[in-house]
Amino acid sequence: MSFSDPSPLSAAPGASVRAVHDEFHGDLLEVSMGPHHPSTHGVFRMMVTLDGETVVKLKPVFGYLHRNHEKIGENTSYLASMPYTDRLDYLCSMTNNWAYALAVEKLAGQAVPERAEYLRVILAELTRLLNHTCLAGFLLQDCGASGTPLMYAFREREKILDLFESLSGSRMMCNYQRFGGCRVDAPAGWLEAARTLTDGYGRFLDEYETLLTGNEILMARTQGIGRLSAKLAVSAGVTGPLLRAAGVGYDLRKVDGYGFYPRFDFRVPLGAHGDTYDRYMVRVLEMRESIKILQQALRDIPAGPVMDPKAKLRGFRPKPGEVYSRIEGPKGEIGFHLISEGGPNPYRYRVRPPSLINLTILEDLCLGHSIADAVVILGSIDIVLGEVDR
Amino acid sequence: METPDQIRNRLLSRFPGAAVSLVSNPGPAAQHSLLLDAAHARAIATFLRDDPLLQLDLCSNVTGVDWPDREIVETTRTSTPDPAGGPAKVVEQKTKRLQPGCLEVVYHLYSVALLHGPVVLRLRTGNRSDQVTLPSLTPVWRACEFQEREVFDLFGVVFEDHPDLRRILMWDGFKDHPMRKDYVEPDDYEWEPTPHGDVLAKARKHYPAPAPAAAAKEEPKP
Repeated sequence: MSFSDPSPLSAAPGASVRAVHDEFHGDLLEVSMGPHHPSTHGVFRMMVTLDGETVVKLKPVFGYLHRNHEKIGENTSYLASMPYTDRLDYLCSMTNNWAYALAVEKLAGQAVPERAEYLRVILAELTRLLNHTCLAGFLLQDCGASGTPLMYAFREREKILDLFESLSGSRMMCNYQRFGGCRVDAPAGWLEAARTLTDGYGRFLDEYETLLTGNEILMARTQGIGRLSAKLAVSAGVTGPLLRAAGVGYDLRKVDGYGFYPRFDFRVPLGAHGDTYDRYMVRVLEMRESIKILQQALRDIPAGPVMDPKAKLRGFRPKPGEVYSRIEGPKGEIGFHLISEGGPNPYRYRVRPPSLINLTILEDLCLGHSIADAVVILGSIDIVLGEVDR
Repeated sequence: METPDQIRNRLLSRFPGAAVSLVSNPGPAAQHSLLLDAAHARAIATFLRDDPLLQLDLCSNVTGVDWPDREIVETTRTSTPDPAGGPAKVVEQKTKRLQPGCLEVVYHLYSVALLHGPVVLRLRTGNRSDQVTLPSLTPVWRACEFQEREVFDLFGVVFEDHPDLRRILMWDGFKDHPMRKDYVEPDDYEWEPTPHGDVLAKARKHYPAPAPAAAAKEEPKP
């Protein structure tokens, strides 16, 4: 068993581990972390083999939240799958909605009005802020800073969720976007509230960074821990902030230029070491870029309809065809692969889950580190089990 | 980037024995795909990854598609002109043809180095029952590791040379492959089966009927 790019840390699948129950090597200990463990971010389980405190083997176990989302998608109409996409990555329902709506629009060749495109960009970037803020909070929680950083993060997250609620009626399960636009227009004063939030977010980040970025404990716990090489990251299909923290400049907002992203001026932050600290830092920098995009989008958003008048939602039957479409979600590349046979339901409905595929390298990152570091590394990968297990 | 047709021509000249055909996509997205034969799939995948013009280093998405056997009805119309000069007599003849099904694995490839894509690869199994083995592309792209496990779990495609081919989402003792189109859900695993149809037949396998004597004994008294 050998992989095409044997980097020094990627001995994982071929790692020769001594038998755990071998009487001569009784010092290896197999621990089942999870599925009910506070640091596994949900019902995720890791079978960890430990030599003292050092991880020598780690096998993730999935499926505790599996409900066969794809089968449900094949048995319901195109529109009825939209609220289910909220439940994939339940922190980022707006980007899930967008990824699905975009895939169906590409499948059916539908257009989207300009105002809806701007709203989508605004919502996606708000989601990115929300997700990365929470991630920083949870990462610190995993490091053992119980409470304070997470509460600071949740305070800001709640402000964004208030915006989502006033727009879509729901804090987290937004179910807001449709094929051909958005469900409703923003209510009066919403854009103004979003502007106020965006303008104040930089101050929150400054405050947060003052507490964290130079923090000695955070640096000691994360720098040099869980290094990911660029080559392994690309080969393992890692996407999103993880890939960019490994130094690979691959951001679908720039590469594919979907939506109206080519209209905005923003930069893609890259990491230099690929360690846990870089993964934290790349996200903080991405948030600052998101604020820039938000300010431009909120400045330029035109008036007009938010729904294509020709769009048909009920009784929607796209012509036979197939599409794979992807967007840059906060966790990585979220894609939908749809096959239509001309019926009201998709023949094949596939979600490309960034969380699951980013976990491919979990073992490689954790090998040789202590079990406490494995918790931090898992926190820096940023998974949501609703999406991993689908 | 080269069109799928150009890639196909290059592949055919590079791998003379290989069967590579173009599967066209009639939809507006027009993402056409290349259907590879299983014998050359890994060599072709390695070539696509390392070829300087393509450098498809990111295998973004791996998924399965189930195509069950289909009965295709073809209608042929023969019209015989009426010798008396009236309207022609049209006879419709329907012939049924069974199109054998297969399991399909689809790979969506992109290039991080050259920022292009997608190139879509497809592999097909011989049938849906006993010839379900395909070469694993995990040695080429590590990204396939979990996704091929998922295709194995949910569709039942067996990947040769996969380093760790186990079920990933369903539990280990699970029998079927739930994403197949003809999958019948067993009734609730912990409750008595509904008394009809496919579901009952399936449930009987899970709950063998108790012997008549034992059943009579268990009957509650009024």
